[in-house]
Amino acid sequence: MPDLLIELFSEEIPARMQTRAAEDLKSRITNGLVEAGLTYAGAAAFSTPRRLTLAVEGLLAQSPTLREERKGPRVDAPEKAIDGFLRGAGLTREQLEERDEKKGRVFYAVIEKPGRPAADIVAQVLEETIRGFPWPKSMRWGDGALRWVRPLHRILCTLTTEAGTAVVPLSLDGITASDVTEGHRFMAPAPFSVTSFEDYAAKLKRANVVLSAGERGETIWNDATNLAFASGLDVVEDKGLLAEVAGLVEWPVVLMGDIGAAFLDLPPEVLQTSMREHQKFFSVKNPGTGRIEKFVTVANRETADNGATILAGNQKVLSARLSDAKFFWENDLRVAKSAAGLTAWTDQLANVTFHNKLGSQKDRIERIAVLARALAPMVGADADRAEQAARVAKADLSSQMVYEFPELQGLMGRYYSAAAGLPADVAAACQEHYSPLGPSDDVPTAAVSIAVALADKLDTLTGFWAIDEKPTGSKDPYALRRAALGVIRLILKNALRVPLTKIFAENFWSADLMSFFHDRLKVYLKDEGIRHDVIDACLAMPGNDDLTLLVARARALSDTLKTEDGTNLVQGFKRANNILTQAEEKDGVEYSYGADPQYAEDPAETALFAALDTAEARIRPALADEGFAAAMQAMAALRPEVDAFFEAVQVNAESEILRRNRLNLLSRIRTVCLQVADLTRLDG
Amino acid sequence: MDQSTGTGAGKPRSFQEIILRLQNYWAAKGCAVLQPYDMEVGAGTFHPATTLRSLGTQPWAAAYVQPSRRPTDGRYGENPNRLQHYYQYQVLIKPSPPDLQALYLGSLAAIGIDMALHDVRFVEDDWESPTLGAWGLGWEVWCDGMEVSQFTYFQQVGGHDCHPVSGELTYGLERLAMYVLGVDHVMDMPFNDPQSPIALTYGDIFRQTEEEYSRWNFDVADTETLLRHFEDAERACADILDRDADDPRTGKRIVMAHPAYDQCIKASHLFNLLDARGVISVTERQAYIGRVRTLAKRCADAFVTTTAGGWAA
Repeated sequence: MPDLLIELFSEEIPARMQTRAAEDLKSRITNGLVEAGLTYAGAAAFSTPRRLTLAVEGLLAQSPTLREERKGPRVDAPEKAIDGFLRGAGLTREQLEERDEKKGRVFYAVIEKPGRPAADIVAQVLEETIRGFPWPKSMRWGDGALRWVRPLHRILCTLTTEAGTAVVPLSLDGITASDVTEGHRFMAPAPFSVTSFEDYAAKLKRANVVLSAGERGETIWNDATNLAFASGLDVVEDKGLLAEVAGLVEWPVVLMGDIGAAFLDLPPEVLQTSMREHQKFFSVKNPGTGRIEKFVTVANRETADNGATILAGNQKVLSARLSDAKFFWENDLRVAKSAAGLTAWTDQLANVTFHNKLGSQKDRIERIAVLARALAPMVGADADRAEQAARVAKADLSSQMVYEFPELQGLMGRYYSAAAGLPADVAAACQEHYSPLGPSDDVPTAAVSIAVALADKLDTLTGFWAIDEKPTGSKDPYALRRAALGVIRLILKNALRVPLTKIFAENFWSADLMSFFHDRLKVYLKDEGIRHDVIDACLAMPGNDDLTLLVARARALSDTLKTEDGTNLVQGFKRANNILTQAEEKDGVEYSYGADPQYAEDPAETALFAALDTAEARIRPALADEGFAAAMQAMAALRPEVDAFFEAVQVNAESEILRRNRLNLLSRIRTVCLQVADLTRLDG
Repeated sequence: MDQSTGTGAGKPRSFQEIILRLQNYWAAKGCAVLQPYDMEVGAGTFHPATTLRSLGTQPWAAAYVQPSRRPTDGRYGENPNRLQHYYQYQVLIKPSPPDLQALYLGSLAAIGIDMALHDVRFVEDDWESPTLGAWGLGWEVWCDGMEVSQFTYFQQVGGHDCHPVSGELTYGLERLAMYVLGVDHVMDMPFNDPQSPIALTYGDIFRQTEEEYSRWNFDVADTETLLRHFEDAERACADILDRDADDPRTGKRIVMAHPAYDQCIKASHLFNLLDARGVISVTERQAYIGRVRTLAKRCADAFVTTTAGGWAA
């Protein structure tokens, strides 16, 4: 059973693509091998900045022989038919077998496809994989036509058996496969040959290359936390940065340095963002003060001076960067604390276009302020405060810091609002009004923040709807789906009662926008395990623009449907409804003038009257209180009586009086059961 | 100085020595050492030796210093590393040689960066020039966390796929030199040898011009004139390219790709000036960039129908 080793050695692969590329290499090669009949015991893929590696264990030495039998014409068939069969099978007449069957003697062709040696198959699959590799972006180089993420220099491809290691013969646009690779670019650049995966990994390590990204990440994290710990400090966890940095080095060497004293007063988020975005440094925090005091950088080599030169260089670059940040921070604070305060910035936003057809950012702020004021009473916020917050929430877009670090928008607004002496809930709204951004992002719960967050998102939605820039298919350039989900989550999390149709009507009315919300809500509730048809049943009820009410109905119905009584009641309801609807169509009347218990003949019928009385008595007060769960339970409790009624009673009785009374009784069931949701819309 | 490799002994002592070492190094590696293009450009890429010569099939290898102007980056000579006029060192080799990374690292060694002590890394950075209709893949090269060069394999220029592909190296000379020389403020950097009888710093040469141009760029340049010149250049470029390839005077086929491209360069720089004057709104910006790109594409279309562009009658 040979082992296969493949390494594709190139110039530096972007860090963000490495992990995915290693997985793609593994799946494409192993799928290709299996399709060609070569099964294997195990496979593992690795990546470094300069290589993708795949090790496959226990591969078949060759693909199995395939034997195919084809039944042909009868021996006494016309020549033409027999010739046709021979052509199709690629055989001569002498190679055919004759077999006796019921209908007579028949020709059989037995075709054997011999197995192919592993090396042939590997060469073919590897070439196809390289040529069709799914890089997010690939390139050509020199005068070649081959595409790879960056120039590809070596292909190592070997099969190792007990007899030894053999290179798989393969040549691709001038690159010939071999058993040779190279170590670290600077520390051990000499090429060397390898005999097996174990030999390869061991020699790479000697040549200053840690093959596994996971191992590099662990080394970095352990060394960083140990270094910080020795100074009584903590490394700020950042998994994304760790993965990225592990993809930038083959031989990680962790170094810790100081942030100049002049910069320690910058907001920690500014330090962290500047260091992460520009320098790919980890932040090191003093657990006592919460301040970021040092940084950790990861070099790609050891040096004779133990990294002193490297650290000094990095420190210098950081100072230059932070000097910029400090310059921005101080300038911004000066503006925030000036007499005009944040208004100076919002005025500048008159010159910043939000969208051609929707005016400037300043225009947008005006609209959001009006909307936030209108929403305030619905979310329990003070109207003046909500308007005030809306007017400053986007001021920081004019600040120098946000110009430099757009990802700090909102947060800087919070700092600057506080510096301007604005109330704490206004400052908080500057930061929180962008939330929630994603499906798992935190939802604001402070009233002023909610008012501005809702106003911001609703203005975006009504605005883009008004100019007919709606999402289509996978295209949603203005993130309107995210905005709608944000509104949904704000409303549900805070149990808000917001009549959306009224708000749309006051801004821009479109029934389409409400149904867009309903679609987003379905997607959102699906994750909660609530079925589409359940939501449709609730959407059919009045007040469906009140999402809190709508979801309360949906949850109650969904929970009830999970019980046996619930599902059976729905069956009973549908039966009652079908019989009733047919009768109403046939008779041309509506049976809604009340059933009279005095015409109840059967005990099951009497029992149903009583049960309906009980249910109605329970449902009425529950609904008055929006207690949909209690109402649904009361309905589900009808099930035994409804079932027993259908068991014992013939609705279409010979007596017309009895028949009408029974239809009116069914009508009562229908009325009772339609109070929480339109059960006729449920599937099944 | 060792002429065969272009490396001098030890650390360079001045800004100009770094430039000289780069010139010698790339000359020794076979590049034609060109002089700066005699027009105002925003980056070394705009030199026709890069933009136009990266097109077509003819092999090419050139290295040169290009003074570059970015009006919006002016800081009156006060910022330690922001300038409205600065120097780029540019290398373009077509087809990109297989050892271009090693050649590049050799150039860093030549200017005194000891690879055994420093941490040099290739960090993903894809290059795109919307004005030139060009893009490529490559890296920014980091030395101890500082970006010292841009390294790009051109994939498309002026809307044309590059066949073969050119390898482009761009060094920001001031920043690189400040790092190598250990200087914190660009104006303090020795321009010539500090031991010279008349030692000059970068500031002696450029502080005043930075101040003068900053004032002019930001507040004085007449926007109506600039706008008119932009439109003139745009029209001139189109006019030149609309001419018949056959020259009536000589009877030869003469496609005027370079004179047309000069007008494209002009339009691009005038746009930068207008931008610095703050008279171009966010939406207009895209439209202006599109207009320059249209010119660049037409020049590229023209160049590939010339001999240097690989055209054969």
